[in-house]
Amino acid sequence: MVPTSYFLVLSAVLFGLGVIAFIFKRNILTVFMSIELMLNAVNLTFVTFSRSLGQLQGQVFVLFVIVVAAAEAAVGLAIIILIHRNRRTLDVENVDSLKD
Amino acid sequence: MITPQIAVFLVLAALVVAGAVSLILQRHPIHSALSLIVVMVALAGLYLLQGAEFVAAVQIIVYAGAIMVVFIFVIMLLNAGEEERANVSRWARFVGVPLGAVFLVEVAYWIGRATAHLGPAPTETVSTRDLSTLLFREYVFPFELTSILILIALLGALVLARREESS
Repeated sequence: MVPTSYFLVLSAVLFGLGVIAFIFKRNILTVFMSIELMLNAVNLTFVTFSRSLGQLQGQVFVLFVIVVAAAEAAVGLAIIILIHRNRRTLDVENVDSLKD
Repeated sequence: MITPQIAVFLVLAALVVAGAVSLILQRHPIHSALSLIVVMVALAGLYLLQGAEFVAAVQIIVYAGAIMVVFIFVIMLLNAGEEERANVSRWARFVGVPLGAVFLVEVAYWIGRATAHLGPAPTETVSTRDLSTLLFREYVFPFELTSILILIALLGALVLARREESS
């Protein structure tokens, strides 16, 4: 039997690494991947508490999170393609027209 | 004492953390995407360890399969190269990184302490029948909403990525 807290600690570490990747990475595609990483950390928490509390709702929410992540990936990647078409760059540092 | 289950957990957890760290350290987006796939497959193993069979299968099929294929497709379509080395200032390297690591360890430590009393839960395998009954009885309205959401996202992606008919 694996204690519940092990899974929660792993989930916290995974979420933290996702935040770090979100801040540090400069390629817009990798920034997008780090969002998926954070969503996965949240899913792990959902499944863990679903088992710990003996309720199935957590797993239902995981399915919803996966659906929303798929929708987000579709729209986000379309936006990335648009950015690349209009500005010829994938570096988040160069997408700064709101700065001027 | 290390039971077989804890050993499996430790191996999978090490894979997850190694994949996430590799995602941060790799400079080429395609390497980052492959690291992310490792993380997702290891997470599916962790779901199996917790008896969530259906979620594990969906994780592999939808996440590691569909979503990451789209990612890799876009990376190759845009011919994304290595990212340039950022000029990280000395402050960020010698103060920011250790502080971030300390914060990460601290959060993990306190979460572990605050939830230590929960103890191990029984690993009964959740039957997919119970899960689908719950999904299609109690949560049928949100379920239908997600299908509308997917439809809207699909249309949105189509409209966004469409090439303008220019004369």
